[in-house]
Amino acid sequence: MNFQLSEDQVALRDGLQAIVEGRFSLDAVREREDASSVVDKAGWQALADAGVFCLFVPESLGGLGLSITDGVVAVEVLGHALVPGPIIGTMLAAGTIAGAAEGTTLVGIAATSDRGAVPGVLELPSDCDGYLVLPSARDGAAPATYLARSAISATLATRSLDPLHPVGRLNGPLVSGTLELSGTADALRRRALLLTAAFEVGLAAFALELSVAYAKDRYQFGRPIGSFQAIKHLLADELARLEMARAQLHYAAVVTDAPDIAAIDGEVYGLSSTQLEWRAVAGAKLLCDQAALSATKTAVQVHGGMGYTWEVPVHLALKRARVHATMLATSDQMADIVASLTH
Amino acid sequence: MDLRATPAEEAFRADLRAWLAATLPTLPEKALHTDWQARRAYDTNWQGLLHAAGYAGIDWPVEAGGRGASPVEQLIFKEECERAGAPYVGLGFVGLLHAGPTINAEGTLAQRTTYLPKILSGEHVWCQGFSEPGSGSDLASMRTRAVLDGDHYVVSGSKIWTSHAEVADYCELLVRTGTEASRHKGITWLIMDMKSPGIDVRPLKTISGSTEFAELFMDEVRIPVENRVGEENDGWRVTMVTLSFERGTGFVGELLESMRLLRELTELAKRTGAYGDPGIRRRIGHLAATFDGLWALTKRTVSEAQATGIPGIGGTVFKLSYSEAGQKMADLAMELLGDAGLLFDDVTHATDGQSLGNADHVENWIKSFNLTIAAGTSQIQRNIVSERILGLPKEPTVGAKK
Ligand SMILES: Cc1cc2nc3c(=O)[nH]c(=O)nc-3n(C[C@H](O)[C@H](O)[C@H](O)COP(=O)(O)OP(=O)(O)OC[C@H]3O[C@@H](n4cnc5c(N)ncnc54)[C@H](O)[C@@H]3O)c2cc1C
Repeated sequence: MNFQLSEDQVALRDGLQAIVEGRFSLDAVREREDASSVVDKAGWQALADAGVFCLFVPESLGGLGLSITDGVVAVEVLGHALVPGPIIGTMLAAGTIAGAAEGTTLVGIAATSDRGAVPGVLELPSDCDGYLVLPSARDGAAPATYLARSAISATLATRSLDPLHPVGRLNGPLVSGTLELSGTADALRRRALLLTAAFEVGLAAFALELSVAYAKDRYQFGRPIGSFQAIKHLLADELARLEMARAQLHYAAVVTDAPDIAAIDGEVYGLSSTQLEWRAVAGAKLLCDQAALSATKTAVQVHGGMGYTWEVPVHLALKRARVHATMLATSDQMADIVASLTH
Repeated sequence: MDLRATPAEEAFRADLRAWLAATLPTLPEKALHTDWQARRAYDTNWQGLLHAAGYAGIDWPVEAGGRGASPVEQLIFKEECERAGAPYVGLGFVGLLHAGPTINAEGTLAQRTTYLPKILSGEHVWCQGFSEPGSGSDLASMRTRAVLDGDHYVVSGSKIWTSHAEVADYCELLVRTGTEASRHKGITWLIMDMKSPGIDVRPLKTISGSTEFAELFMDEVRIPVENRVGEENDGWRVTMVTLSFERGTGFVGELLESMRLLRELTELAKRTGAYGDPGIRRRIGHLAATFDGLWALTKRTVSEAQATGIPGIGGTVFKLSYSEAGQKMADLAMELLGDAGLLFDDVTHATDGQSLGNADHVENWIKSFNLTIAAGTSQIQRNIVSERILGLPKEPTVGAKK
């Protein structure tokens, strides 16, 4: 049993890190704030050239042919840098939707709402060329489809919660697209959840680093605030949450890649390999939601008045965490899934 | 990242599973938890069986008489034992997890040959005399004194919270040999024979009503100098060697037990109808996800220890998250039990006529309080995490208070 990142994974992470530092510095990212279109074409192209979008496309089709585990490692780096744009949808669409792998077609994810009353919102309506449409989780048998942006009636919000992840209001219920995607919607949903969770881990790590740095720097009562237990204990808890979430994320990615491991582990709990996969993925998403929401909230608190300013980037991580903890699925839905698979 | 077992790991698991299946049915009735002599007999019998089968000291090096199993095999060992319902290490805890490894790492050849074999075979039970009435979290302020008199140390003072001291043969004892203000620099690690004259053991009743630990009074107890492990005044460093054994896989058994308890609780919730309440279901889901996450973290930690020799961050943050989750689960159990949580007598379900299993859950709820106290309180754990891992500034030290 080996739970360490492989050499290739470390190289993937570090290579992407270097590209992100060059292309997506905090200053560069922040230039997109409140723009209706947040994707910087040159930066997006750089990600495409680095193979981010064709990561899962088989080598025989010109992709990198990497695993979900590798994808999770890569997306965490992007989350840490707050990289804007429909990263996850585009990664999952590549190989099926023309231009996604190359960075010329931007693909978002649209999930039909389980929540009835609100028709739902559409992510990045000014950036995306099309959407992977996931059927309601209740309607497990329905296929996932692709829908061009032009086929969806949605209005860009005048103001979105996250200035780096604008959304639109759907003007009617979301209908399925005409292009059926191969594979089950169920499997696609799990992959989307995992990659979203990976982005959240990046956000949590970013927020925690900002907080630790500030806590060492900021003096009150003649001491760095990081020497007060009221502060350091908050941060210790965030680290504990983050590491647990990251471990579960990696575990869930591994069982998604390897159904044989899912089958062996599932046996212990009387679960099929798919059920075990669901339990692992839903648990990972839940823990990553909590880690990201909590670390970013704590970051606001630790920064005091500075944390309440637009200038300090903490709010950007906080708002993105809110976006990712909400859009595809909520923590409550994930908890329901895990509970239903605990027996 | 490859979570598949290697052929060697699989073989280890298969052998162990077969041995457990053959051995567990031969075990005697479990001892009453208030009957210490019977508990000792039960636990040492189990240790003897492990020893005969070559599973004693699974994590100890081969030179010390242990199995020298890899960290992953140690994890498999704990996993299989818990899943098969094997007894816990019980009274062997201090000998096998603290004193033994310390003597092996820091002791002389004579000390190793005298003490280690009997820890492994289960013949000797050890206790840990670290905490004092005035020195708990601030262990370095301890005051139990040892004065050199010829080839003996003469020890006077008191220890507290000494688990199973009533039935221990030996005590790993920390004493002050330096000046009163010497703190970490004036502590010595001694092996104390519990039959020595001058020792008075007074059991303390815990909140569960039994006597898990005791107060230990020492009045001019003479301990031979040859029982010193490490140099005089170097006991703090020696102790840290011991404590580092506690992190990493120290709580695997408890974690797996918690996962089993949660499954039982889920069944209970279904029987009582509480499962129909989405709030309850979500709490179950949160706890299950947390325990799964902690299990993944444990695997990562073990894999890290195997690859690098050091358990890394996972081992340090584990206890903090685990102890909170354990307490939350215990609270949930009490809420599910309702009135049946107010007594230790078994209550049967009104419609299905079967026991609710409430006694175990009530016992577990009470025990859950020690999760955030014993082996370093959660506040101290947070200090460690924030200072050693996050690099935040240390607490200002004011020196030991009386
Ligand atoms: C079931 C059980 C078994 C035990 N077995 C043994 C044993 O076999 N041998 C042995 O030597 N010991 C044993 N202990 C003792 C255990 O290690 C101590 O209880 C523990 O270290 C805490 O010390 P204390 O009880 O003196 O509490 P204190 O240190 O007095 O702590 C009281 C409270 O103050 C807080 N506190 C203390 N210092 C700080 C700080 N710097 N910052 C913030 N908060 C602080 C603590 O977190 C706690 O909430 C056992 C304890 C229990 C509960």
